[in-house]
Amino acid sequence: MSAQPGTIAPSLIQEQRSRRDARHERLFRWLLKGCALLVLAALLGAAGATLWGGRSAFATFGWHFLVSTSWDPGNDVYGALVPVYGTIATSLIALLIAVPVSFGIALYLSEVAPAWLRTPVASAIELLAGIPSIIYGMWGLFIFAPFFANHIKPWLTNNLGDQPDDGKLSWVAQHVPFVGKLFGSSYPFGASILVAGIVLAIMIIPFISSVMREVFQTVPTRLKESAYALGSSTWEVSWDIVLPYTRSAVIGGIFLGLGRALGETMAVTFVLGNAMTLSASLLDPGTSIASTIANQFSEASGLQKSSLMALAFLLFVVTFFVLLIARLMLRQLAKKEGS
Amino acid sequence: MLTSSKFPIRIAAVAALAVASSFGMAAQATDITGAGSSFVYPVMSKWSAAYAEKTGNHLNYQSVGSGAGIAQIKEGTIDFGASDAPMKAEDLQTLGLGQFPIVVGGIVPVVHIAGVQADQIKLDGATLADIFLGKITNWNDPKIAALNAGLKIPAGKITVVHRSDGSGTSFNFTNFLSKVSPEWAAKVKFGTAVEWPAGVGGKGNEGVSQYVNQIPGAIGYVEYAYAVKNKIAWVDMKNAAGNFIKPSADAFAAAAATADWASAKDFNLIMTNAPGAKAWPITATTWMIMYKTPKNAVNSKVAFDFFKWSLEHGQQDAAALDYVPLPPALVSKIEAYWASDYKH
Repeated sequence: MSAQPGTIAPSLIQEQRSRRDARHERLFRWLLKGCALLVLAALLGAAGATLWGGRSAFATFGWHFLVSTSWDPGNDVYGALVPVYGTIATSLIALLIAVPVSFGIALYLSEVAPAWLRTPVASAIELLAGIPSIIYGMWGLFIFAPFFANHIKPWLTNNLGDQPDDGKLSWVAQHVPFVGKLFGSSYPFGASILVAGIVLAIMIIPFISSVMREVFQTVPTRLKESAYALGSSTWEVSWDIVLPYTRSAVIGGIFLGLGRALGETMAVTFVLGNAMTLSASLLDPGTSIASTIANQFSEASGLQKSSLMALAFLLFVVTFFVLLIARLMLRQLAKKEGS
Repeated sequence: MLTSSKFPIRIAAVAALAVASSFGMAAQATDITGAGSSFVYPVMSKWSAAYAEKTGNHLNYQSVGSGAGIAQIKEGTIDFGASDAPMKAEDLQTLGLGQFPIVVGGIVPVVHIAGVQADQIKLDGATLADIFLGKITNWNDPKIAALNAGLKIPAGKITVVHRSDGSGTSFNFTNFLSKVSPEWAAKVKFGTAVEWPAGVGGKGNEGVSQYVNQIPGAIGYVEYAYAVKNKIAWVDMKNAAGNFIKPSADAFAAAAATADWASAKDFNLIMTNAPGAKAWPITATTWMIMYKTPKNAVNSKVAFDFFKWSLEHGQQDAAALDYVPLPPALVSKIEAYWASDYKH
């Protein structure tokens, strides 16, 4: 169909153009849909592949796989409890430390710091986020773990733990339940669940704090100035104005950090101690899902390989539940606000 | 301005040269690919550089781990696999594969005890196994004292350090413990990864040596070269003949020479606890695994030429990296095996 300019009525040109626009519109929509579906396909593909790879482990051990603490390649018996516990415990410790610190960093940068300081510190934080995790791991193993073992750990075991060096239990260990168990350890080295949690915290602080800083800056100056005008302190403005206004984005940032902590591999492998034993103490070595896979996958075969795939699937499940809880929390908060 | 205008020309000239030379080489040179054990990676990269210089043929060796090396050779995606654990004779038979050792290395127990230097403390296999089983937990244990008359070992908690990753080093170490301790053989067995009854895991030789360096009272095991490089005190071991042996290239070679290769089909022999009077008991080798009827005849021919060159001329390079050359008798046995079992 060849067009002959000049001889065609203007309405036809318009019609052609609108048809072309509609075609482009459709194409654009498919493109967008394709992009979104690609993510979904990748997610389902990865989850499906790990489930398929782990099928013989699930078939062999059934529910025992989830509750067994044994990981015995010699006798081909595997259980996921120790790595799952290690993953959750280290990530929780990381969040406990990282969230308040990130909140402080973000508030300082957006509310308190002088203008000339804001940009350099903000860029420094973003640079920190770009450091490869193995660097954190090596720092943790070579510098932080020995420092922790020599200076922090003795204090913790002697003042809080149930296995102090001199055998005399401290007041805390005698009177506060669980604390003695949490900090009691006779293991002489630093690499442990607590150290892994601290290193993870340092790794995720840049993520959480830069998200928080960005969203804190979106709070309208009008709101803040009104509160200040009513006599609010900086703390009151932060807690009652800035935080509620940015709540969902802040929680999103926290869960971004948590997602990274759950899946972090190299750094954790270096500082977690890699012991397949379940211990109540945070000062004992443990293992995580990601570090177990990283450690054993290259030399594994048969049922061991399948169990590692099953572990990977469990990591998906754990992450999914964590995100689900985040969503529920957000909904609960929204309901409470009545908005 | 002058330099900035010069640079692109120079870069272009270099690039053109590189392209020309790579095209020129592609005409005669063959690239072969191998994958597997990380234990042999340092010597493989040294050999492949020297061999490429001599012949123009390149070897691309991927240090992906023994298990992955075996998986890849089974799929036929590489020209040879390298494994720290030998494949079983029947598996080799059904798959049409053959295997042969290429280089020998030693694994040494290392300790961190105040005032104890390398070669001072002595252990035997049973005691070492009891330590790794978590049954001996203090350095003042009478079993350790009995083996070390005259050496003052301060009391202190023993912390066992093992490899956290699956590795050939662990395979050979646990294999040795299985041979000397019935309890280890029954409970833990041996393999590239096992359920360690005690201790913490370090990733790689460097992880284990780092942990041992940092933990007072630690005992671990690493490749000899790492212990030498990191100046960790190693332990002298009692061997199968009942002699206490210092780890050394000669002691590893003695183990390779006295191991009973004659009765091992396809070199399927783990040479820990070798019988020789001067043999180091935890000596290991890495096997090269190749198809007996090659899938790619040209590559296979180059691979054999590479291995022949390595065994005959590359052993100096290996010794510089603290590996041990194979004894001449074993080299001729391997070459006879190539002639009899492989189709070229």
